[in-house]
Amino acid sequence: MSAEPILSVSGLSVRFSKPRPLAHQLLGHPRQEVRALNGIDLAVARGETLGIVGESGCGKSTLARCLAGLVTPTEGEIRFRGERLADLRGKDRRAYNRRVQLIFQDPYSSLNPRMTVGDMLSEALTVHRMRSGSGVDERIGELFELVRLPQDARDKYPHEFSGGQRQRIAIARALAVEPECLIADELVSALDVSVQAQVVNLMLDLQDRLGLTVLFVAHDLRLVRHVSHRVAVIYLGSVVEIGPSETVFSAPRHPYSQALLAAAPTLEVKEGRKTPALSGELPSPLAIPPGCPFHIRCPYAAERCRREKPALLPHGGGLAACHFAEEIAAGTQPVRKAEPQPA
Amino acid sequence: MPSAAYLLSRLLQIVPTFLLVMVFIFLFVRLLPGDPAIAMAEAKASDQQLAEIRERMGLNEPLAVQFGYFVKNTVTGDLGRSILMKRPVAEVILERLPVTVYLSLYAVALSVLVAAPLALFAATRANGPADIAIRGLFQVGLSMPVFYIGLVLLTVLGAKLRLFPVGGYGRSFIDNLYHLALPALSIALYTSAILMRNLRASLVEVLDSEFVQFARAKGLPRRIVLTRHVLRNALVSAVTLLGLSIGNLMSGTLVTETVFAVPGVGRLMLEAIFARDYPLIQGLTLTFAVIVSLTFLATDIVQSWLDPRLRQA
Repeated sequence: MSAEPILSVSGLSVRFSKPRPLAHQLLGHPRQEVRALNGIDLAVARGETLGIVGESGCGKSTLARCLAGLVTPTEGEIRFRGERLADLRGKDRRAYNRRVQLIFQDPYSSLNPRMTVGDMLSEALTVHRMRSGSGVDERIGELFELVRLPQDARDKYPHEFSGGQRQRIAIARALAVEPECLIADELVSALDVSVQAQVVNLMLDLQDRLGLTVLFVAHDLRLVRHVSHRVAVIYLGSVVEIGPSETVFSAPRHPYSQALLAAAPTLEVKEGRKTPALSGELPSPLAIPPGCPFHIRCPYAAERCRREKPALLPHGGGLAACHFAEEIAAGTQPVRKAEPQPA
Repeated sequence: MPSAAYLLSRLLQIVPTFLLVMVFIFLFVRLLPGDPAIAMAEAKASDQQLAEIRERMGLNEPLAVQFGYFVKNTVTGDLGRSILMKRPVAEVILERLPVTVYLSLYAVALSVLVAAPLALFAATRANGPADIAIRGLFQVGLSMPVFYIGLVLLTVLGAKLRLFPVGGYGRSFIDNLYHLALPALSIALYTSAILMRNLRASLVEVLDSEFVQFARAKGLPRRIVLTRHVLRNALVSAVTLLGLSIGNLMSGTLVTETVFAVPGVGRLMLEAIFARDYPLIQGLTLTFAVIVSLTFLATDIVQSWLDPRLRQA
């Protein structure tokens, strides 16, 4: 990474304690903890797009919510331009809330159904005292132009728009306050494929014009490859591989990244599978396996993987958290025999 | 605001409702065993007197024609004469109605005043000790019948502590706040329990929705998030429930007004039923139906004001 990171995260962990019914407490069941994030390290440079991929339940959305300040991390810290988010108070905290904006996955539940689009945008503008009086109206007009919405959208309610239009409203709402960093949590996964490209291209275009930093959280690998400069692969709340987009996609080092890519549908007809498919389910974040969190499902797992959690180390052009990253890339790591699946 | 077209279409919907109500009331008297003339006449009426009554009441006409008369009379405000009171039914009802309306609105106001702050308090502390305590307390309120709550209030606050009068109706608006406190409270305890549960549930749901999270993330002050984004969305189902419970409340006044000796239409209905005063029962049923329909109309209008998605009906 060349430039100074605008947003960085180190050792970020989030644990939620699972609500325990009274009956369980009386029976002496132990308190259960969901470990949503386990020591995430990331940094994003100004103007960069970092793609964040992983299966559902791996902690992608928790990460996005932490960065937006909606979830307080249990451990670790988030730094914005070198300042710790946890230390920001009052005016500084409000400034952070303005500079880092979140766009949600579902354009149906993320817009207040009782507010007109104009009201939503002007609320954002007035809260941060960005504009006042006629300046607000003017800015709303600009924003509509920016996200290609008709000017008469102002007095309409969210239900009068399609999914794609709603997501553009959400983008306009986030852009209203002139943020420096956008966190797009599954920006287009709720939209029709035909509209997805439209919205993604709009975001890329805006990023170019406004010099935005974007964290693109998604599970669609092809989409992430298309938009991101760098990609981080998350498994069970930890980064298992991070690197330049092309490197991760063309020569993945971590067996989990390989499996994800192998599972993604392509148009090319392949002769058999190069990499074994992923078996089993994502383990429960209530009970994360010891050692490498991936060893239960990993086709290459060896004894060492059961004992020792691999660190995120440089391999190829990026970083990977695998004891056998080099061997796997070279094709010398033996594939273990499939263990009999429990019935 | 709801459009004029919406208001008009909603008002027009009332016409068939009222017609249907009148069909039911009309048939109800005709379906009773015996004939209406016997019901209306004095006990010792002769056959000739009965025939006269039939002729006078138009009972010899075809059913459809009779219904026409009934509608015409009702619309012009002629509901017949009460057998019990020996006065026009409309007059008797109009005299007693304000008492019941006062009591109902008093009870509704009390329930909202109790339910809304507690629901907000509980929802913002969902599943914490305060939330569980509040919900538990209201569960108890919900499990007790209104007349029982009424009797307990009457005994404790009225007879033992002498804080409130045990019954009757006052002379002025302010006086009635005091006189009707116990009956209103006993209705309100039940209604507010339902309202509290419903409002709390929808508040919890809205508090968790993404647009509220976004409002928080963008740094909107907590108070504004709660009023502008949360309450307005959570109120829709509570308003529906409140409208429905006013319908319930009308039949509840039969019991409450009797327990607390309040001279409203609820107690009048009970008296009319015991006296088999059919014209009065008919008139009161119609009155209740009108009140309930108007309440639902008001509910719909408030809802369409709260929720723009409902305006295109």
